[in-house]
Amino acid sequence: MSTAASLHDVHSHTGHDAHHEHHHHHETFISKYVFSQDHKMIAKQFLVTGIIWAIIGGLFSVIFRLQLGYPDQTFPFLEDFLGHWAKGGKLQPDFYYALVTMHGTVLVFFVLTAGLSGTFANFLIPLQVGARDMASPMLNMLSYWFFFLASVIMISSLFVQTGPANGGWTIYPPLSALGDAAEGSKIGMDLWLVGMALFIVSSLLGGLNYITTILNMRTKGMSMTRMPLTIWALFFTAVLGVLSFPVLLSGAILLLFDRNLGTSFYLSDIYVAGKILPNEGGSAILFQHLFWFLGHPEVYIILLPAMGMASEILSVNSRKPIFGYMAMVGSMFAICILAFLVWAHHMFVTGLNPFLGSVFVLLTLLIAVPSAIKVFNWLTTIWRGNIRFTPGMLFAIGFVSLFISGGLTGIFLGNSSLDIHLHDTYFVIAHFHIVMGVASFFGMFAGVYHWFPKMFGRYLNNTLAYIHFWITIIGAYMIFWPMHYEGLAGMPRRYFDYSNWESFKMFAGLNEFISTVAMIVFAAQLLFVFNFFYSMWKGRKVRTQNPWGANTLEWTTPINPGHGNWPGEIPEVHRWAYDYGKDGKEFIPQTTPVGHDESEH
Amino acid sequence: MNTVATVKRNKIHPHKFTLWVAIGSILMMFAGLTSAYIVKRNQANWVSFEIPKAFWYSTAVILLSSFTLFLSAKAFREREMTRYRSLMAATLVLGVLFVILQVLGFKELTKIGITFTGNVSFSFLYVIVGIHAVHVIGGVIALVVMSLKAFSQKIRTYSSVPVELVSTYWHFVDILWIYLLVFLMFIK
Repeated sequence: MSTAASLHDVHSHTGHDAHHEHHHHHETFISKYVFSQDHKMIAKQFLVTGIIWAIIGGLFSVIFRLQLGYPDQTFPFLEDFLGHWAKGGKLQPDFYYALVTMHGTVLVFFVLTAGLSGTFANFLIPLQVGARDMASPMLNMLSYWFFFLASVIMISSLFVQTGPANGGWTIYPPLSALGDAAEGSKIGMDLWLVGMALFIVSSLLGGLNYITTILNMRTKGMSMTRMPLTIWALFFTAVLGVLSFPVLLSGAILLLFDRNLGTSFYLSDIYVAGKILPNEGGSAILFQHLFWFLGHPEVYIILLPAMGMASEILSVNSRKPIFGYMAMVGSMFAICILAFLVWAHHMFVTGLNPFLGSVFVLLTLLIAVPSAIKVFNWLTTIWRGNIRFTPGMLFAIGFVSLFISGGLTGIFLGNSSLDIHLHDTYFVIAHFHIVMGVASFFGMFAGVYHWFPKMFGRYLNNTLAYIHFWITIIGAYMIFWPMHYEGLAGMPRRYFDYSNWESFKMFAGLNEFISTVAMIVFAAQLLFVFNFFYSMWKGRKVRTQNPWGANTLEWTTPINPGHGNWPGEIPEVHRWAYDYGKDGKEFIPQTTPVGHDESEH
Repeated sequence: MNTVATVKRNKIHPHKFTLWVAIGSILMMFAGLTSAYIVKRNQANWVSFEIPKAFWYSTAVILLSSFTLFLSAKAFREREMTRYRSLMAATLVLGVLFVILQVLGFKELTKIGITFTGNVSFSFLYVIVGIHAVHVIGGVIALVVMSLKAFSQKIRTYSSVPVELVSTYWHFVDILWIYLLVFLMFIK
């Protein structure tokens, strides 16, 4: 039944809800797999699209790592499929920048935003709060298709003559505003901006739905404080997205006008390609403010879902209640607020007023407090737990490890005085790749391994999963740990070739090592991709409704739930989601009423 | 799949709630633009401008349209369908008139040398007013859909939710316009 119909009969249809699921027997291939309005199918669409994007984005990094690791060698096979961008088997500098830019854009937005919250918010919110679907399945479907359209446009920019955007994923003007300034600032940049605008629309449509569903559509008894932490995390993620993406959109629109209509929002006093431009009165720093006002919340948009899923998976597989549930919620709330107040720590060296800088230092370092609370709670959750080392659990533990090691370097970078030395070096690269990139990827993998049985009714292969885990975690540290040393030695990011620099020649061996490990880790991810698609059809079938012995509502649905999730009434919730090892019982699902002889948590 | 009807204990309809969150989101976009405007204004090379007369007329028009839409929603709730139809049509006409007046305002500006690509302050004026106008056009499209439904012989509507959704959005763009006008009037 369509949303339009539901608008009209909302008042008349309250008496016989239980029969609604019998209405949808006219599913065609198109309505079931393509233009689906079922949140579970939309989640899978996001996940598969995200995986494809992750392969593309990861491959980009392998290609530019070839240049960084082996600057004096040529790779003729690159010319075969990159053409004039790798003339004679050597990457052209312009295309190297394009690869770096697209690697960042693809992974930050298309994989770790859409692929991560798109997948798990869609999949888990209705299942875990006890709703038949999202508040507006129609908007939800549009959210995916806007994302798809954004993907098509972003991919198409790889095939234009002048190449994709190459001004870095932060696309600072004036470089990104002037077609004469770089090859990638020609049509590739316009495609980037249009693709991102559509992406923002997709995120907003998704976010609206997530917030409304969580606040409005919870089942009977599911009070806010009984919600699993995954839902809390996805809720804060959506709030961050809804409040910060519009600001990026306004920044992007102004940039589009500067590029194409001759305005001067970001441009002033510029001499490029032998010409003096007429633009006057603009401010390039203005763009950075608008960009980072989104850009900083964005890192929490990426990280929070991983935090939520790790919390849930750690608790389930330790067979212990989560430690400090309210502290977890409170610290996520604190992170959410602080996320909006720290953007200028990306701009310490732009000529920012040092006094203002010190305020941002304080606010930035404050984030360490909720982060430390969360880490403490994760560690105390698994402390003396009856741990089952499922692949999901391993990745969740790996997430905590990476969050600690990446988070600590954030304290270095958050100091404006240290930042004078460290900004734009490999230290920054190491920091954000560990804490935001790899950590969130681990959260995502944990989620995929944990909820795959619910998504497809089959298990992933465990042996492949363990190989995947160990190669990835050891590899991630081997790639990014040495980068800290390079950064402390002052090696700048975004350089094409370090062998020309006396100061950085000594890192040639280290760079080669990093590149080699990066290739091995990339290959291990292909193992995961194989496992994913193979197990989708050929994996071991799930035989029990609740394979992990978890308390949350999604495991009360049939093994392969249809549209509407529960065949009968939506179950009622009587307790919080973390009654593990309580009163001599291993686990007590949320649907079990609180007995006379037990106290409510 | 009717997902909305299954929820009984809501105080607020989920679609209305979604709209409120969306309004918050739109507000953030204008907060971004207006704060960029303030930052820019405090820097060198800012030229102030006068607000064209057409914008004042358009203000009167959109206020009036909010009023007619309010009466229209009231008529709908009282099942006065004839009154509802004519008031909805009147709102639509006023909405279109607002957009036309905005365009005339821009023409007026261009005539006195305040062009889109002139000083950055002019660009901001165009962008802020223009993006608001785009949101109004979105509302006008919603009003067209509502009017078509109202005048259609085939569709019978009983739920007041669509009318209330359109009303909320329309009043929002109205208030947003007043805010922007006051903002541009005092900070220029």
